[in-house]
Amino acid sequence: MNLWNRLTCYCRRRSPWLFHMNSGSCNGCDIELVASLTPRYDAEQLGVRLEGSPRHADILCITGPVTRNSVHAIKTVYEQVGSPKAVVAIGSCPASTNVFIDSRVLDGPLNRHIPVDVFVPGCPPRPDAILLGVAQAAQILAKRDAEGSGQTVAAANARVEMQP
Amino acid sequence: MNLTVALARMLIFPGLLFAVPAAWLFLWIERKAVALMQQRIGPPFMQPFFDFIKLLGKTTPARSGMSGLLMKAWPLIAVSAAAGAVGLLPVLPTSGGFQGDLILLLALMEVPSICVIAAGFSSRSIFAEIGSAREAVLTVSYNVVFLLAIVSIAAAQHTFRLEALAELPSTPLRWLGVIAIIVCLPAKLHINPFSLPNAEQEIYSGPMIEYAGPELAMWELSHGLEWVAATGLVATLAVPHFPAWWLDALLFIACSFGVVLLLSVLAAATARLAVDTTARFYWQCTLLFAVLAISSTLLMRLRS
Repeated sequence: MNLWNRLTCYCRRRSPWLFHMNSGSCNGCDIELVASLTPRYDAEQLGVRLEGSPRHADILCITGPVTRNSVHAIKTVYEQVGSPKAVVAIGSCPASTNVFIDSRVLDGPLNRHIPVDVFVPGCPPRPDAILLGVAQAAQILAKRDAEGSGQTVAAANARVEMQP
Repeated sequence: MNLTVALARMLIFPGLLFAVPAAWLFLWIERKAVALMQQRIGPPFMQPFFDFIKLLGKTTPARSGMSGLLMKAWPLIAVSAAAGAVGLLPVLPTSGGFQGDLILLLALMEVPSICVIAAGFSSRSIFAEIGSAREAVLTVSYNVVFLLAIVSIAAAQHTFRLEALAELPSTPLRWLGVIAIIVCLPAKLHINPFSLPNAEQEIYSGPMIEYAGPELAMWELSHGLEWVAATGLVATLAVPHFPAWWLDALLFIACSFGVVLLLSVLAAATARLAVDTTARFYWQCTLLFAVLAISSTLLMRLRS
């Protein structure tokens, strides 16, 4: 790895910009994500910035159990995030569809549609847990190459299942 | 002034080698001041540098339905104009050679705003278009006051040359003009209470919404260079001239630093104003002030 690559990897870890997307969430996790940016938790220490456009972001934070209507939007937004990118699924809903399991309006969980790197469980998860998830995603991001190779749904699922 | 000195001025101080780190420093001070006022710790010192390098290393996702070349050109034009404006600042004394005047400096400082407007409209996003329209309204509002203040300073001192302006002793009228310029700076730099064009909670990122990767990095850099040029202009006009060049440079940096701190604290302490309130503020309140400054200047010139 040459010097420029090492520099960009380091900078990528120190500057994760988030884009927040709601795929039918009850708003509980969304509130906790915003709470993690407040003065009490101060995510900006990690270089985190909440961006308005997915094109500016590095990490896609998705809440909610993935309704049928939101699947197309999730895929579009995922494509609009520039490589290298990471996805954090916030709350129990995107991980397992939670209490809405077997609902006919759902097309979840999230890792059927896009590769998910970090799951933050909880209903809703605490802001500290969300920050830990974002920090882990930033570590993953630093190791990822700019072409975005290996970012398929199957590869991401296999990676997540290998973790304890 | 020979060629090497001119090149050194353009490339080292106050040109690119000074301006780019200064731009990052000012962006950091802005974010850190807001964080401290909210009792947070805030971003680490190197944060703007990390952001810039990270954005350079990212790929740009394909966008549909717009011409790529023009959109790629706007951020580059903005950066080069802002860097040129910083290079023109007469911090170090020179003799002969190319000397920019105030009019060229103002023109170069205005180019990034025009690029932002054009970029927003050429990206064809509805949010970017709203942001561009707001930026256009803002430009029309503050520029009347800004230009009147500059004209009053130049008329009071009988010169448009930057070198001469930096060397002449300051008068009360000049201070009036400097205050008018400082009132315009929050609007020029898009910070609170005049952060209308890039209002995150309303129109996402405004004109920048379709930009990604290296192009976005260029926009960040041009914003930082605008900070350096704008605060540098105030420092040039406000700081008295000393015979020792190092004292001049030191005072220039200290004064720019003070202006950045003042503006950041203002940004942290205020909320965003609506577009009609902003326009009314500049057209009704400060225009009166600027007209007063220029009419007193003209009266003084007639008497003398």
